[in-house]
Amino acid sequence: MKNGEDVIEVRGMTKRFGELTAVDHVDLTVRTGEIFGFLGPNGSGKTTFLRMLCGLLRADDGRGKVLGHDVIAESEAIKREVGYMTQRFSFWEDLSIEENLDFVARMYGVKNRRQTVQESVEELGLAERRKQLAGELSGGWKQRLALAACLIHRPKLLLLDEPTAGVDPKARRDKLLADGTVDEVISRVGLTTWEVKGPDLAKLADELRKTSGVQQAVAFGNSLHVSSTDAAELERAIRPFRRDAYEWQQIPSGLEDAFISLMEERSPHHGKTS
Amino acid sequence: MERHPKFSFQRLRGIISKEFLQMRRDRLTFAMMLGIPLIQLTLFGYAINSDPRHLPAAVLVADQGAQGRTLLYAMKNSSYFDFVREVKTEREGYNLLARGQVQFVINIPQNFSRDLLRGDRPVLLVEADATDPAATGIALGSLEPLFDTALQNDLKGMLSPLAATSGPIDLRVHSLYNPEVITQYNIVPGLMGVILTMTMVMITGLAITRERERGTMENLLSMPTRPSEVLIGKIVPYILVGYIQVSVILVAAYFLFHVPMQGSILLLAIVALVFIIANLAMGITFSTIAKNQLQAVQMAFFVFLPSILLSGFMFPFRGMPHWAQVVGEGFPLTHFLRIVRGILLKGNNVIDVSLQLWQIVLFAVIVLAIGIKRYRQTLD
Repeated sequence: MKNGEDVIEVRGMTKRFGELTAVDHVDLTVRTGEIFGFLGPNGSGKTTFLRMLCGLLRADDGRGKVLGHDVIAESEAIKREVGYMTQRFSFWEDLSIEENLDFVARMYGVKNRRQTVQESVEELGLAERRKQLAGELSGGWKQRLALAACLIHRPKLLLLDEPTAGVDPKARRDKLLADGTVDEVISRVGLTTWEVKGPDLAKLADELRKTSGVQQAVAFGNSLHVSSTDAAELERAIRPFRRDAYEWQQIPSGLEDAFISLMEERSPHHGKTS
Repeated sequence: MERHPKFSFQRLRGIISKEFLQMRRDRLTFAMMLGIPLIQLTLFGYAINSDPRHLPAAVLVADQGAQGRTLLYAMKNSSYFDFVREVKTEREGYNLLARGQVQFVINIPQNFSRDLLRGDRPVLLVEADATDPAATGIALGSLEPLFDTALQNDLKGMLSPLAATSGPIDLRVHSLYNPEVITQYNIVPGLMGVILTMTMVMITGLAITRERERGTMENLLSMPTRPSEVLIGKIVPYILVGYIQVSVILVAAYFLFHVPMQGSILLLAIVALVFIIANLAMGITFSTIAKNQLQAVQMAFFVFLPSILLSGFMFPFRGMPHWAQVVGEGFPLTHFLRIVRGILLKGNNVIDVSLQLWQIVLFAVIVLAIGIKRYRQTLD
């Protein structure tokens, strides 16, 4: 597949579960070398759409090609060339990291299996834990295993379903994902975020939301994230709030901040579209 | 050809080794493998007895004559009856029967011996608690021949016309294969079939549903595997488990229960393979139909109970009405029981066995075909 060709080219993809239409006529074109992300609240059909692309669910309507194979009729061929990482950890918890990877490698008929598995274990920094059972791993390590497993057969297309779910925010920034996919998404949004700690944050958030220049003020545990796409305006807007009781600190925007920003943009309340 | 991957032995081997690893780490499977055959074998092997003896009986003796006493001694010596109570009135006897404290009340009326010697054919009344026919049947059946011979000594000389005369026919019965009527010879080989049915159907019944419930099915389906690879890959490791069970039972049958082994053990091993596969296939097919593990277990029981009751393991197959026999013929256990008993007790050979074996093969093929067809390639 040459650069610039369409990796995914689907039209009218639709999936219904009884009365509910989970995915309603989605068209998508993704070209080689592109990174494409879906954002949307729970139940908006992200997982269902990905599952249709890799042949896990039969589409009720729609047609197109994934990696040049017919998305409906040739799901077997698609499966061989796609690396799909499920949203929920779906590896065998009673097998070790190494055994899981070895099994996956066998299923894809990977050449030089043992060597490939060893390399994959080392590449993702799993070498010390290779004998550990997958069920005993923490969330972040499970993600690493899942990523290693879906890369092992050198897929041409990676479909990652919420690859950072279940990982603590610090670990998310920990170069978990190859090629800084998440960072790229965030930087495209161009958001500046300040973190506030102090008393009665709920009241503070209300006030901040009424202040022009503040696009969003969202509670994260015991802190508040205040963000805007205009850094200078934001700094001016928050100046009156930087009182003694509060501790303000500028932080790199996280995926959640970016996500909320994108959702707000699209909501009719703001009337803006990107 | 590229588009539809052919059956791959490499993938099959991968699935088999994964199942082996999981089996090794799952204590419950291990326990099922050895624990169930051992417990059931000792429990049922020693407990089940279709020839109950030493049944508690009460006596109501209104006669002091020698003949009455002779008959009571004869009953006691037959070991079927244990006289535990002596009652004075019929009422008392009834109460004991009603409360289940005795199985029989033997009533020898007044002047029994006198009437007997006169040739008046006095009545000897045996009242039995026949709620469970199997418990009383054999004991009651033993009475008539017992009384005939018991009085041989008392009725000699002048009294000999009173003794039972031999009929016009000299009846001879040869009880073949199990002349001593030892229950274990029937039960223990049967248990092999019952234990295999139970554990094999259950183990594979959980196989696919477990993958579904743990969410690993999504992963398995996103890989380029074929249904036949997954299903066969999940069956093969448990064949070994089945063989371990067969070996445990055979060793116990030989050393603990001294079950005769007339026929070829090799032939038995081959038949066992077919039977194990049939049950594993049944389990895995349930697994493809059931939505979760609980449903799979319920389905396993749905088949297991009638298998035990209608196969001839618990009750004589030929005693059932025709329709029940037809139903019974449908279970692989029915045929396996005949084969195992045939090989071990009767020394049946390949030709004898094949009459039953093809039906198990047919069952396995049909069930596995349904399973492969039912196995869903998608999450829908």
